[in-house]
Amino acid sequence: MKVDLTTPLKDEDLAKLKIGDEVLLSGIIYSARDAAHKRMIEALDRGRTLPFDVKGQVIYYMGPSPARPGQVIGSAGPTTSGRMDAYAPRLMEIGLKGMIGKGMRSQSVIEAMKKYQCVYFGATGGVGALISKSIKSAKVIAYEDLGAEAIYELIVENFPLIVINDVLGNDLYREGIEKYKQGGKIAN
Amino acid sequence: MRRISCAKVAKTVANLCQEANLFLPSDVLASLNYAASREVSPLGQAALSQILENNKIAAEEKIPICQDCGTAVVFLEMGNEVRIISGNLFDAVNEGVRQGYKDGYLRKSLCHPLTRKNTGDNTPAVIHLYMVPGDKLKIIVCPKGGGAENMSRLAMLSPSVGKDGIKKFVIGTVEQAGFNSCPPIVVGVGIGGGTFERAAFLAKKALLRSTNTPNTDGELNLLEYELYSAINKLGMGPAGLGGSRTALAVFIGMEPCHIASLPVAVNINCHAARHKEAIL
Ligand code: SF4
Repeated sequence: MKVDLTTPLKDEDLAKLKIGDEVLLSGIIYSARDAAHKRMIEALDRGRTLPFDVKGQVIYYMGPSPARPGQVIGSAGPTTSGRMDAYAPRLMEIGLKGMIGKGMRSQSVIEAMKKYQCVYFGATGGVGALISKSIKSAKVIAYEDLGAEAIYELIVENFPLIVINDVLGNDLYREGIEKYKQGGKIAN
Repeated sequence: MRRISCAKVAKTVANLCQEANLFLPSDVLASLNYAASREVSPLGQAALSQILENNKIAAEEKIPICQDCGTAVVFLEMGNEVRIISGNLFDAVNEGVRQGYKDGYLRKSLCHPLTRKNTGDNTPAVIHLYMVPGDKLKIIVCPKGGGAENMSRLAMLSPSVGKDGIKKFVIGTVEQAGFNSCPPIVVGVGIGGGTFERAAFLAKKALLRSTNTPNTDGELNLLEYELYSAINKLGMGPAGLGGSRTALAVFIGMEPCHIASLPVAVNINCHAARHKEAIL
């Protein structure tokens, strides 16, 4: 199914999504990678507020290449999500509704997605130039000293995504293998 | 002796870093097109179209193919009649990387392993220098992203496992790697080499081969084909969304090893299998 979604995301939006759905996402999203996640969790541990209100929001695991003069952003594709597995449930607990990245999530993250109603979207890895075309504005809002790993507030339009894990705990990666394994018909 | 200046080396490396990050080699593009013509899964097809479109945008608009502009792996094939003048060769390569990543608006991705503080200029480069006959210097720059590199593995297998054991290890590594390493992937396999690090080098160097050339060793050529077929039956497909095109190619490099050992290294490259070379 093809679905248009706009952030912030509501539970009703997410309930309709199934693995394999092709989503075009618009609205504000936030970038954060390893170092930014570490800092956000440390802030929560100390009882501080986060640089943005996570409720209903979507985090994109991404650290862009620098923009050339006149460009909004450089190349801006997803990084491997598994490295954020240690931090993700904590953010879901306080209202995170979507994560964008590439690669498999751990079972505990998938369980947390079911519990807190959050969806994991896959963006195609290695197509950062193409994805940059969906990004209409980019502004660093926190942790500027982290360079490419700073938190960016991004306004996106029709960012092409695939639902990898839905709120029911299904996993497109596992199902894909089930469906296409062996295949057998490889001509060459 | 032919003299080549460090300034010339630095300038060449700087250009190669930029070009490699914008223009995918034509053989890799051809393999991607071929994969697109054969992929059986609709989501896999869609991912391949995005990958092809991405490479067009990168080349036309000078936006790097991938935001991970990689560690700069630099191979220097130096003719034994070449003399490097006005400086140190490795410093010149690092200067080229510094300039290229700055001028090309490429992401700097190297950091201190413990503090994680970015070195700020994408140095140091990983440099492999070896001597060949002649009076030329061939420089190959291969920007290597973290995603695929993280999923690479090396094993010191028992010689008794033979070819089947090697296959099992390679396929097992790809099964683990699949989703994180931006398939369709290129798989570099290093078999043997006297010691641990040599196998890894063979695997890395194998990645430089062009996807439209066969292995010159008939036995290895067959092994490459067997591995390629087996990997494409795993079902992961482009972007791991399910499908029949998980690998674009498998390349093997082999050298003799110690009688007690069978080192096997698997170095995974993503579909952004970037490398560019120049001959001075
Ligand atoms: S694995 Fe390759 S294509 Fe994927 S994000 Fe890393 S460098 Fe880019």
